[in-house]
Amino acid sequence: MKVTLTINGLERSADVEPRLLLVDFIRSELRLTGTHIGCDTTSCGACTVLLDGEPVKSCTMLTVQADGRALTTVEGLANGAELHPVQTGFHEEHGLQCGFCTPGMMLVAAALLERNPDPTEREIRWAISGNVCRCTGYVNIVKAVRHAARLRAGGAAEPADEVAAVAPGGAE
Amino acid sequence: MVPAAFEYRAPTSLPEALELLREHGDEAKVMAGGQSLIPLLKLRFAAPAVVVDIGRVPGLTGISAGGGTLRVGALTRHVDVERDTGLDALCPILREAAPQIADPLVRNRGTVGGSLCHADPAGDWGAVMLALDAELVASSPAGERVIPAAEFFQGPFTTALRPDEVLTEVRIPAAGAGQSAAGAYLKLERKVGDFATVGVAVQVRLANGEVERAGIGLTAVGPSSLKAGAAERSLAGRAPTDEAIAEAARLASEAAEPRDDIRGSAAYKKDVVRVFVQRGLRSAVARAQEAAR
Repeated sequence: MKVTLTINGLERSADVEPRLLLVDFIRSELRLTGTHIGCDTTSCGACTVLLDGEPVKSCTMLTVQADGRALTTVEGLANGAELHPVQTGFHEEHGLQCGFCTPGMMLVAAALLERNPDPTEREIRWAISGNVCRCTGYVNIVKAVRHAARLRAGGAAEPADEVAAVAPGGAE
Repeated sequence: MVPAAFEYRAPTSLPEALELLREHGDEAKVMAGGQSLIPLLKLRFAAPAVVVDIGRVPGLTGISAGGGTLRVGALTRHVDVERDTGLDALCPILREAAPQIADPLVRNRGTVGGSLCHADPAGDWGAVMLALDAELVASSPAGERVIPAAEFFQGPFTTALRPDEVLTEVRIPAAGAGQSAAGAYLKLERKVGDFATVGVAVQVRLANGEVERAGIGLTAVGPSSLKAGAAERSLAGRAPTDEAIAEAARLASEAAEPRDDIRGSAAYKKDVVRVFVQRGLRSAVARAQEAAR
């Protein structure tokens, strides 16, 4: 079945089997391997991509469902050599250890900041609650997102506030 | 994991979707957001010959109120409910339940109607719609059929829908003049994104200081979402006193049919039902009294 979609601003067309998962299309056909496969069971968020700006799990979507839609993968975050504020945030605040969850975490963070430019720690933890970091680097991930929010707002690159190591809460 | 091969159809109108279902019968499976169906396809627990993706059918999305009814389109996503602040006054239980479903990424794709039709006994919307006495509207080539929530859930992953029907809308009755109504949804889960160990949905309608009607739905403690009928009836016509609430909680716990599993023992889950019904009723009554002011 023929699909045409936009990925990181470029239009791509392909003839795919209906059963081809979006994550496999992105990794194997488009060779964009920044999108990872972790659990393959809708649990971990390593396969997160943005679908029309909203984070979704690409292991739980068919490629054919994305026909006509716009996707952003981690490769689409930077603008040429200029890093996205979230990427700078993760770099400067050490928001990663092994890096496996990082593309998903950064995409969720980028979408969060579009909707909510100045999120609280609680809001950040809520936003990343569908993404698992097995290095348990959540404290620095939250710091990195807060740092990114400041960078995005044009603030100085001051060190992020200390973030308490508390469990994420529920919705208000 | 790779699903078994299937034919994919993406109708762009409801009549077109219904025609495909008429043509393919139970060889076809309807897909909305796919957050329950795609995992089943990947595990090959489901292997339909045809997947009918109704995600591009217009007119099935959105929440609207009017004429004493709140209407939720079947393709309304969990996130749409979660972000609809207008529901705080109209039907707070919906906005309380939505963010407790799965995780934010799943809620960006998963739909109210898809979740109801999947009919997982651990799915959250079933208990909510039972507590609300909602009606589910099914379309088929023969026309529309309105199914009370209490008749919709027939067993694990089994509903009253026929193979040629599509769920298009959920209708929720609103409180009438001189009444005030509110609800609560409480969910015990081991971690964010987990299925419920126990979930409890309650809705009360108050008039003249008495409970005019109570609705109580239970998640993950039976072969389907359960309605705690005896507990509901025990409250009708009574003032919502601590004693009346404790009695209803005890009856709801008796209605639960949980099983021992990795999330807890049956006895533990029954007691969680009792405690949650008690807490839920207290908070629903307080909300309804607040709304009446």
